[in-house]
Amino acid sequence: MDDAPLLDLTAPFGGGTLPNPVTTASGCAGYGREIARFQPLAELGAVTTKTIMPYPRSGQPTPRMAETPSGMLNAVGLQGSGIDHFVEQELPWLAERGARVLVSIAGERVEEFAATAQRLTGRPGVVGIEANICCPNADNRGLVFGCNPATSYDVIAAIREVADPGLPLYAKLTPDVTSITEIAAACVKAGADGLSMINTLLGMSIDTTTMRPALSGDTGGLSGPAIRPVAVRCVYQVHAAMRSGAIPEVPIIGMGGIRTGLDALEFVLAGASGIAVGTSVFNDPSAPLRVLDELSRALSERGFARFTDAVGLAHHPRQA
Amino acid sequence: MAHPVQLRAELLELTPVGAYHRVVLRAPGVAERVRPGHFAALAVGGPESSMLLRRAFSIHRADPGSETVSLVVAAHGRGTGELLRCRVGDPVDLVAPLGTAFPLPAGPLTALLVADGYGGAPLFPLAERIKDAGGSVGFILGAATADRLYGVEQAQALTPDVLVTTEDGSSGIKGKVTLPLAEALKAIGAEVAYACGSMGMLAAVSGIATAEGVRSFCAVEEAMACGVGVCMTCVLPVVGEDGVSRFVRSCVEGPCFDGSRVRWSDIGTVPADLHGAAAMGAL
Repeated sequence: MDDAPLLDLTAPFGGGTLPNPVTTASGCAGYGREIARFQPLAELGAVTTKTIMPYPRSGQPTPRMAETPSGMLNAVGLQGSGIDHFVEQELPWLAERGARVLVSIAGERVEEFAATAQRLTGRPGVVGIEANICCPNADNRGLVFGCNPATSYDVIAAIREVADPGLPLYAKLTPDVTSITEIAAACVKAGADGLSMINTLLGMSIDTTTMRPALSGDTGGLSGPAIRPVAVRCVYQVHAAMRSGAIPEVPIIGMGGIRTGLDALEFVLAGASGIAVGTSVFNDPSAPLRVLDELSRALSERGFARFTDAVGLAHHPRQA
Repeated sequence: MAHPVQLRAELLELTPVGAYHRVVLRAPGVAERVRPGHFAALAVGGPESSMLLRRAFSIHRADPGSETVSLVVAAHGRGTGELLRCRVGDPVDLVAPLGTAFPLPAGPLTALLVADGYGGAPLFPLAERIKDAGGSVGFILGAATADRLYGVEQAQALTPDVLVTTEDGSSGIKGKVTLPLAEALKAIGAEVAYACGSMGMLAAVSGIATAEGVRSFCAVEEAMACGVGVCMTCVLPVVGEDGVSRFVRSCVEGPCFDGSRVRWSDIGTVPADLHGAAAMGAL
């Protein structure tokens, strides 16, 4: 990045900052080991882990994946080895490499989120917690926490109460709701220090040869560039609500089909002060650092001296 | 984990070979790392492609001298169709070598190599290594029809012990590769069977080999999105060294598995005793 010294990439993160705005999207870069072969993790603003639950979880049977136009459906089902394995085996490895780790957590119950968050207190390398509230609530007929403002509030408030106060708490929002600003407002009110937007959209694909659903679980999460306009819209709407004072202002990490620096810039202009690269990592394992380089160049080309000056610029009146 | 590199390889050759195509790529830094069973993951259609998922191909040949790797590709999907429309000189985004290669016990070894169609591509360099170490090999190469066979002449150049099977009987023995397998294992005194092909074929090969007291190593073909170990879509239920079954990635822990450790009949399910199965609950 020869042109970088003139550009201040410092990005807001909760109440603090990260050296740059780019991270991985949860579930798209494992615990970081695999993509570390393609870029130094410390050069990313943060590494967001796959979602970690209190216990090991096998995930769904195969087939778990189907390619769709400019995207894919997945139904991995939160396969993971649980919080014990993570803090003992994965986190120390990440910390040794200087990675700043945003730990994605989930549970089937409010208490499971809280218990998992508590395990992260005082752990080197952890810079924040992202609550994946887009998973089913065992205490409420399996309805997704994040589809309802009250259950979203409950999870975030419960985590915030017990988690290390020094760790920013991000709520990861699903776009499959009537009003994403309503969910965002509930999360911020409950104590979220930031919002991650968006998770996958629920989708489905049917194999016309077998004439049955392509995924073992029938439905799956749609991701990739196909969902980018939905994601940009969600970020724009929530940032607009913050600008109007309807929601207290917290940083937004924007994600959904970001493949290039210009894709990232769209999210920044919509109001995101963080950028997560997700499904594009499957296409290009070097994508996170490449997107950072491309975003830096795009900002410099447009005359910005500070990354933050571009955040939310699309909300300004159109120039005549 | 293998230590892959990602680079813009140059397409040097795209040649029809029977029903398939040989794709030769100039990929500096890759060939010297390749061992038989490793694979390459290719992006298709360029940086704006609507097909995001990498296509995985087992590596056929790797030549450090010419800095090339070659693959055998069948045109059966949109992605491979896109790849085969490339022209000599075009750049191809390549990540390789990936995965866990075929284990090769030290010392001379007698091995039977079994493949369906072009799946056998990595078995020929494997056979050469076995022979170079003082061992001997036999082959069973099968396909649905004679025109879908791959590598019969390559195999015959390495050993007189080559059996061919076709399901329609248009060449060799009429039937699947598993039909003459037990006899062939005995005939050459095989200590190990190496196999490449569909899940059904590998399950059958593994079962017969185990019944004959022969170890089997199977390279699976499982759908994967990334090839590098992050998408978690290519998992199989496999019994670990500790006796615990887990979903493991075909792209990292595989594609070459000890056949007796793969729970072939449980693929596509979550067996109740799988690590973490209890957490799936009703949700």
